Amino acid sequence: MSQQDTRAMLAEALASVAPEADFDTLREDEDLRDALELDSMDFFNFIVAVHKATGIDIPERDYPKLTTLAGALAYLAR
Amino acid sequence: MKLRIRKDRGACPVPPNLGDYAETCRSFSWQTARTWLDGLPGGGGLNMAHEAVDRHAAGPRAEHVALRWLGRGGEREDYSYGELAAETSRFANALGALGVAAGDRVFLLLGRVPELYVAMLGALKARCVVTPLFSAFGPEPVATRMQIGAARVLVTTEALYQRKVAPIRDQLPALEHVILVDRTGPVEAEALAPGLLPWSQWVPSASSDYRIAPTDPETAALLHFTSGTTGRPKGALHVHEAIVTHHVTGRYALDLHDDDIFWCTADPGWVTGTSYGVLAPLSCGVTVVVVEAEYDPATWYGVLQDEAVSVWYTAPTAVRMMMRAGLEMLADYRFPALRFVASVGEPLNAEAVVWGEQAFGCPIHDNWWQTETGGIMIANYAGVDIKPGSMGRPLPGVEAAIVRRDADGGVAVADEPDVEGELALRAGWPSMMRGYLDEEARYRKCFAGDWYLSGDLARCDAEGYFWFLGRADDVIKSSGHLVGPFEVESALMEHPAVVEAAVIGVPDETAGQLIKAFVTLHQGHAADEAMRRTLLGHARKRLGPAVAPKFIEFREQLPKTRSGKVLRRLLRARELGLPEGDLSTLETDSR
Repeated sequence: MSQQDTRAMLAEALASVAPEADFDTLREDEDLRDALELDSMDFFNFIVAVHKATGIDIPERDYPKLTTLAGALAYLAR
Repeated sequence: MKLRIRKDRGACPVPPNLGDYAETCRSFSWQTARTWLDGLPGGGGLNMAHEAVDRHAAGPRAEHVALRWLGRGGEREDYSYGELAAETSRFANALGALGVAAGDRVFLLLGRVPELYVAMLGALKARCVVTPLFSAFGPEPVATRMQIGAARVLVTTEALYQRKVAPIRDQLPALEHVILVDRTGPVEAEALAPGLLPWSQWVPSASSDYRIAPTDPETAALLHFTSGTTGRPKGALHVHEAIVTHHVTGRYALDLHDDDIFWCTADPGWVTGTSYGVLAPLSCGVTVVVVEAEYDPATWYGVLQDEAVSVWYTAPTAVRMMMRAGLEMLADYRFPALRFVASVGEPLNAEAVVWGEQAFGCPIHDNWWQTETGGIMIANYAGVDIKPGSMGRPLPGVEAAIVRRDADGGVAVADEPDVEGELALRAGWPSMMRGYLDEEARYRKCFAGDWYLSGDLARCDAEGYFWFLGRADDVIKSSGHLVGPFEVESALMEHPAVVEAAVIGVPDETAGQLIKAFVTLHQGHAADEAMRRTLLGHARKRLGPAVAPKFIEFREQLPKTRSGKVLRRLLRARELGLPEGDLSTLETDSR
């Protein structure tokens, strides 16, 4: 997946959980949970959506690596 | 599964405060417990902030750390009891300088930053009535609660103000002063509309001398909101006398000893985070750890280990998330200081109680109480055997029973063990709510004779242990927080595409229940994914993530009675695959 595709996938995963969130104004280094007001259940559902879209298994101990856009892009690019 | 975890009091690292349960229950009286506190000097009554802060600041614990704040960015700030007394006095004086008087309502909408604690305790010194709001509430829950509470002062941040209060500011005619906590940088000049005051300009320059005026123990102190099945949220009023319960439960139910380092993971926006994140532990003079960051297993295990937390009060949702994360994650951590773990919010399943032993070396002690009770009422204690899955036994001084309501509004107490019924408490403990603000009828409905009716269904076994069975009404418990379906339905029905909405809780392994909405749409609107997202976004914007539904399902019709009342229980029964019960009053329906 190109970085652009990954970004689009992340935007879609977030939109399925928090459709009101403004993805375009999200800074790469911002904590998604604060910026988009995701509670722990929302964040978990976001991870599940990413897993469904990519097939990548994300163990719970890696969740903190996906709390920012930059972190998620780096993690999924591995 | 273990049926009983035996306690050997002699083997406890420190002798439990509550040793012999039966003997303590026999000898306990609230009058005696009141003498464990100081009261205001010169017979000036009883003030929560004096008991929590000033009395320690005036004595040998002045240098002892009261608050240890761990910021999200790795910051660390300690406040001794002496310093906390000074800071809270500054805030009380700052309120006075604004003309804020005793009895005025002060609302707090903040993350877990030191100013939250300073403002709460400072406002209590000034004998204002304090309401902490959860900062994950959206503008509508904030507006509803501030309207009901007639908030005169709000303490928040610029970001939270712009996001949640500015859009509803015109609905808050009673609101005069908004104090903006500006610890992360100055408030932008254009944001400083009339009535907006930066904390840094008002509080630090105020005097650190403040003498608490005489406070009748029956003076209103806290206004906590809770939800019922119908109608608006209810504001449960608590008085300064409640600190007696906070203190006693701090000693007995949480087993707090003078040298403990205590961490309560609840946000003060919920009653647990106020009674046990602030008042009870400070009244006991211990060190309270405050963690600004949200749940993350590595962060939490790090705090437990590195801060040498000895007593920890958390919630079932968090415990289940930790269980999901697995024991392997714990391999890198050691908790030699930790000796007592408790949990509240919803029943803790037996597996989780026992998991605590594997994970932390101590079982997790479930306890039970509600916003209305103000403090822990039924608990598992450090020195008393646990039956995993049970909420434990009543606190000394608290009489609990299982009752059945009869037709003429009275109740009958079940004399036999293991009878299912409603959990009731004999009225009269110090932290019992004194009313729902402006809702006398709803308040009276909570009582039958001198029994307070909890709305929770339970049973009591032959040994006096209580077991939770479910709610008697349609209120939803998600992540330990009560959510009223009405508030969620109302927000959904504000959307022009929605005809009707019915909201229920659906079981979830981690959160206990998650909020699900069934929605009917006006003609011409497609019940598709785009509409689902539109409504989900609409609800989240208004209600915030803690109250908005997680699931939305479309229906042609909702099941209703002939009188037009939506039958939530039928939706819930179908969702759970349960028997549908008596449908004789059903008028409309579709699946």
